[in-house]
Amino acid sequence: MQITANSATSGTSAIPKERMRRSMLVVEKMTNTSERRNQEHMESTSRPLADAHPKIVIQDMNFFYGKVQALTKVNMPIPANQVTAFIGPSGCGKSTLLRCLNRLNDLVDGTRIEGKILLEGNDIYDPGVDVTDLRTRVGMVFQKVNPFPKSIWQNVAYGPQLRNVKKRATLDDLVEKSLQGAGLWEEVKDRLHGSALGLSGGQQQRLCIARALAVNPDVLLMDEPCSALDPISTGRIEELLYTLKEQLTVVIVTHNMQQAARVSDLTGFFLLGELIEYDDTKTIFTNPSDRRTEDYITGRFG
Amino acid sequence: MEKFSIKKFLDSGSLFIWLCGGALGLSLLMIGGLLVVILINGMGYFWPKDLLQLTLNDGSAVLGEWVATETIPNSESSAKPKGHERIQLKVGNRDLYGLDFRWVDRADIVNEQYPSDVVVFERREWGKFFGRIKQIQEGEMSLASGNEEGMSILFPLLEQTNGIQERIDAIEKEEIGELNHRLEQTRLQRRSLEMSGQSGTGERAAIEAQVQALEARYEVQNIALIALYDELKRFRMTVVDVAGEAQTFPVGTLMNAWLPNSLGVGEKLLMYVQNFWEVLSEEPREANTEGGIFPAIFGTVMMVVIMSIAVVPFGVLAALYLKEYATQGVVTQMIRIAVNNLAGVPSIVFGVFGLGFFIYAVGGTLDQLFFAEALPNPTFGTGGILWASLTLALMTVPVVIVATEEGLSAVPREYREGSLALGATKLESLWRVVLPCAMPGILTGLILAVSRATGEVAPLMLTGVVKLAPSLPVDGFFPFLHLDRKFMHLGFHIFDVGFQSPNVEAAKPMVYVTTFILVLVVLMLNMAAIALRTRMRKRYAGSSV
Repeated sequence: MQITANSATSGTSAIPKERMRRSMLVVEKMTNTSERRNQEHMESTSRPLADAHPKIVIQDMNFFYGKVQALTKVNMPIPANQVTAFIGPSGCGKSTLLRCLNRLNDLVDGTRIEGKILLEGNDIYDPGVDVTDLRTRVGMVFQKVNPFPKSIWQNVAYGPQLRNVKKRATLDDLVEKSLQGAGLWEEVKDRLHGSALGLSGGQQQRLCIARALAVNPDVLLMDEPCSALDPISTGRIEELLYTLKEQLTVVIVTHNMQQAARVSDLTGFFLLGELIEYDDTKTIFTNPSDRRTEDYITGRFG
Repeated sequence: MEKFSIKKFLDSGSLFIWLCGGALGLSLLMIGGLLVVILINGMGYFWPKDLLQLTLNDGSAVLGEWVATETIPNSESSAKPKGHERIQLKVGNRDLYGLDFRWVDRADIVNEQYPSDVVVFERREWGKFFGRIKQIQEGEMSLASGNEEGMSILFPLLEQTNGIQERIDAIEKEEIGELNHRLEQTRLQRRSLEMSGQSGTGERAAIEAQVQALEARYEVQNIALIALYDELKRFRMTVVDVAGEAQTFPVGTLMNAWLPNSLGVGEKLLMYVQNFWEVLSEEPREANTEGGIFPAIFGTVMMVVIMSIAVVPFGVLAALYLKEYATQGVVTQMIRIAVNNLAGVPSIVFGVFGLGFFIYAVGGTLDQLFFAEALPNPTFGTGGILWASLTLALMTVPVVIVATEEGLSAVPREYREGSLALGATKLESLWRVVLPCAMPGILTGLILAVSRATGEVAPLMLTGVVKLAPSLPVDGFFPFLHLDRKFMHLGFHIFDVGFQSPNVEAAKPMVYVTTFILVLVVLMLNMAAIALRTRMRKRYAGSSV
């Protein structure tokens, strides 16, 4: 048994690396720093799970849609200033878990949650928590690119305006900083008051990131942010993640295992609502301890 | 070449396409036909028609505008063969003949001609006179005799009398209107003083003084008015019809005169435009069968505008609760069905409701609370444009609710989630993102509501429409907008002129014109809403609504 598992590991670990390299070539054409950084990061990853004060701690969490249990006994610490990826086949509950982190599932009728999610030690499902306040601390970028049908400026200023920031100069400043943070400023600075819907798909997604950054969140949740984008746009967003994690904690759900391998420090593998394995990305991809993880990342099922 | 086979035709599915195309074609044909009939009859009304003179075999002559030619359905006398035609002429001269129209058998006609010297006299009363001038005189002195001489001096006289008429109108409407308004105010002041139970001697004296001043001014105006009326009667004219029968009336009763058979196309076109403008801009005369329909156009548009102002917020708020806040379940589903059914309730039922609720309950209470000094004359406790508009708003609110709900469902979930994820509350998301995106859907509801409300007549008859409103709901007296006033409406005008008029036959062209303009008004109101919707759609291009 032990032998089969080992041989499977050594035999298959080459495949994702090869695939990784191919997709990274595309990215490299645009950003020659990308791969280098990626390599560095793969090597320099310390053991963030040993972090004594993780940003988010999920404790014994169960989640139900009506009578259907979507998540079972999830326990995971999410360290600060790292990129944590959730991978797994469709319907495994990874997006559901992500949406629990900013309580967006509250909107779905008939959902129920058990257990605790601690953000800096405080349970976000505590009755006293102001949900809107929570959501400004935990921003989100969606799978379907969703800039509002307003101007670029209005999109980015939307969050601050909700917080009663009214001064035009302050807003202009925030818009510029956020767009720079999302690497979009140079491309749109001359058309800030043009419609956001006139941007390309990749630009729109970076606008959504800028919009989320404008409220200065601690955590950024990304739900398959690149699934609708071309490789070049994907590369730019992935590169963005390296800079973003210096200031905030990123949790990303992805179907693309190469992406998880490239961008994340930690990876959690989900299957049928359970967290199967959670470890450093390097470990998950090169030496997974669970057979199911290995089968999934080598493409044997899922 | 392949042989046509029925089986192949049926199998190919072409039959179904033909069926669909046919259904669409048929409905277009019917709508198109209706519009063409309205257009031809409505637009034809403004064209100055030639005067046809028929000489009959008994030696008499008939003069009039050709109206229709038809086959005599069942000729009773055997002398006339079957399939014989008769001609309908509008002979005018109502004061002489008592009838506006006359049928002439084609068999009796000896001669048809269009004499170039016959004149159409358009009068303020008794309709048009077709004939020639015999004499124009000032007092006993003859100024002109004969048609040619008469026509040559008629126009300067007409200009003069029309000028006098304008001054009379100005005095009656503005000066005396204002005096009446202020006298009414003083009456109400006196009444409320009495009701308050205080002696208020000083105030009472002030009111009396005011009344006396107003009455003095009234007297002055009245004297001026009498003088002007006398002036109108100074010139008299005698006209004769084609048979030589004479009729005498003051030149002042004449509005216009023209020689239809010697007008060129250019002059006729000019008259056409003038007539059209007159209908659009003037008030009705002669029990609504002549003159313009301006008050009806104004009333219709104003009613629709007030209705829109009432129905949109009302319907949108209701839809927002139903769609966004209410827990979806059996109850909301039942409410939805009830709302849809409400759209199918006959409009007269809404009229009855409007009468009972708005007019008697709400209006009656308002009168007792705020307009007690005017009682027993009701102010809001009677039909008025406000109550009619609100009744129609109630009638059309289901349409707006349904359309708004559809619009809200069409807003992508990503927008709501995107907004909420930025820390917006539900209300903020709705207000700043969802509602603007649903705006085109809401406007679709408004378009449907406007279309339905503009043409509605039955509920209005109970809630404030009248056949002849003495004044518009907007005027120069404070508070300028008089929502309590009764108003005229194009739809009701059609009913009134077409079916309640003492002279239905003569009013027929007016019915077509009114219908034509009603269709035009609906079209323009809709175009405005559609233009707005297109702008919204462009703004939110890319969203799926």
